[in-house]
Amino acid sequence: MSTFILLTITGLGLGAMYFLIASGLSLIYGLMGVLNFAHGAFLTVGSYASWWMSDHAFDGIHSLLLRFLLGAACGLAAGAVFAALVELVLIRPLYQRHIEQVLVTVGLSLAFVALVQGIWGTDAHPYAAPGWLHRTTTIFGAHIPNDRWIEIATAAAVLVLLQLFLHRTRYGLIIRAGVENRAMVTALGIDVRKAFTLVFALGGVAAAIAGVLSGVYFNTIDPSQGTSLLIFAFIVVVIGGLGSVGGSAVAAVVVGLLQQYVNYYASSGIGDMAVVLLLGLVLLARPRGLAGAFAT
Amino acid sequence: MKRRVLADFAWPLAVFGALAFVPKIGWDVPKVFDSAISSPGTLQLLALCLVFGGLALTYDLLFGFTGLLSFGHALYVAAGSYLTNIAITNWHWGFAAAILFAAAVGLALSVVLGFVSLRVGGIAFAMVTLAFAQAGSVLVHKNPHDWTNGEEGLSPDYHKLPSAFVGVFNTKHLYWLALAYVAVVFLVTRWAVESSPGRVWQAIRENELRVEVLGLRPRAYKLMAFVLGSFLATLGGIVYMLLNNSSDPSVIAPNFTLMLLLMVVIGGAGSRWGAVLGGVVYYYLDNRLGAVGGSSTVQGLPHVLRTPLEQPLFLLGTIFILIVFFLPGGIAGLAARGRPAGLRRLEEAIRPGGAVGGAPEATLTEPQEGA
Repeated sequence: MSTFILLTITGLGLGAMYFLIASGLSLIYGLMGVLNFAHGAFLTVGSYASWWMSDHAFDGIHSLLLRFLLGAACGLAAGAVFAALVELVLIRPLYQRHIEQVLVTVGLSLAFVALVQGIWGTDAHPYAAPGWLHRTTTIFGAHIPNDRWIEIATAAAVLVLLQLFLHRTRYGLIIRAGVENRAMVTALGIDVRKAFTLVFALGGVAAAIAGVLSGVYFNTIDPSQGTSLLIFAFIVVVIGGLGSVGGSAVAAVVVGLLQQYVNYYASSGIGDMAVVLLLGLVLLARPRGLAGAFAT
Repeated sequence: MKRRVLADFAWPLAVFGALAFVPKIGWDVPKVFDSAISSPGTLQLLALCLVFGGLALTYDLLFGFTGLLSFGHALYVAAGSYLTNIAITNWHWGFAAAILFAAAVGLALSVVLGFVSLRVGGIAFAMVTLAFAQAGSVLVHKNPHDWTNGEEGLSPDYHKLPSAFVGVFNTKHLYWLALAYVAVVFLVTRWAVESSPGRVWQAIRENELRVEVLGLRPRAYKLMAFVLGSFLATLGGIVYMLLNNSSDPSVIAPNFTLMLLLMVVIGGAGSRWGAVLGGVVYYYLDNRLGAVGGSSTVQGLPHVLRTPLEQPLFLLGTIFILIVFFLPGGIAGLAARGRPAGLRRLEEAIRPGGAVGGAPEATLTEPQEGA
């Protein structure tokens, strides 16, 4: 029983990271039709910026918690700025040319990983986090690493904030309307391009949060982490339904739990394959993903 | 008519025929190659360039000619490479049986996975193919029964390989094998693209909805293109395994497919010789830029400039982005300015919500300009 609880919480923690990446991907795709291959790079920007700032800029600060929080804040800011710049410089000149946009993000993701490897090396760097995160809490006999709670709570908070933003603000309204029918929003005289940059920046922040949390989750950061998490985030996006934040959340939980359970009860690696199998089944049964059942 | 046959067959055959004499050239070309052209090291590099030319063309069949953006092409290359190797090394099969086995499984795999992934179109198709390739990658790393040898990669049992392909001295035979592979892919692609299903593929790329309205089922045709491209990639995987004398997990990493995509776009999507040239040029640069990065000129530069120049993939990724922005037809587009750029025409196939209007119209009977 205690193993089961540990697997469940860990699966939810993993699902939380998938959701943070997938929500941005899904919104960007829904609004702009761009498959953002560079989303893994946003995650890498977040994790490396927070790691570098925490280790080099704030190394005079004695409190590890404060250093971690300041580093994380810098990581989030870097993720937002980087994502907005990518949108303005690389994506904007190619509006409506979706293939070229995908190609540019593919080129960016490859070049960016190579650059990070060139500067900081291919090896993993230890990621410093407050000691509390590495201790465990015992619940029903299960020893749960504390970082899992932070991951789950952060993802839940992002989900709530994102839903509030999408449903209670004017920009959220424009984004939702744009996902439904972009031509109509433009015809009503609203400059939907501002919403594009905004969505990219939001996606960048969410991915950077995932970057910081993945540093905590794995204890280390390395240049290829973004790509490997991105693949599962893609699966989550397709299962959840392209363009649906709610669908992504449900799919992220399902994928994270399935992966953990099967990896433990069957054999390591089989869980990853089970996720791909689930994707195949969802496509056969519901090619449009779960989005039909869960509104944006 | 006579002129077309000449252009279609005589030129490729002349080029491939001329390339067959490369192992006989004893010249030394400083800076371009490290050693004489006929030396095993240079022949190995040239053979790998040719294999990547062929693999890029199999990808172009999907991407450039049919408008299918797949991120999982590496799976079929890996199937050819690993299955042949495993059958020889772990199951002690004969070489011919192993090749037949790998080809058959590669074919079956592409039919099944193509059928499932073509349930969705455009970007979702790209993500699904990526996921299937990832499953293959997990399987290779998981190393069931110690068959794949995991991260280390698997070297084939050389007793089972034809003796003509074993040993450094026989590199020229491998070169000829690679040349034969790219020639076969080139001619099969030419034949397929000019056949009547091939015309439908290109029509799907231009405007899928229109093909459907004409009473044809795009999905069946797309599956045909997918299976043909994947099968040719499986054959390429077998040649690749022989050339490297190993199968290693890099062949199924997501980056392998992305590399093929870069090759096709750099060479020119929707162009046969463009894709082959793209593959050759890309692999050559990937291989040689590392040497440039290690040269004394670059090493003398300040740190800010040196670090990016030492990373071939950074340079290639940047070149690729510049090509997408400023040279959408790639190398082939440069040679034939004024033709509609291959990428621009792909737009309709991928745009979400289907392809209604706006596309440059192409009728089914209109002969495609030979590329």
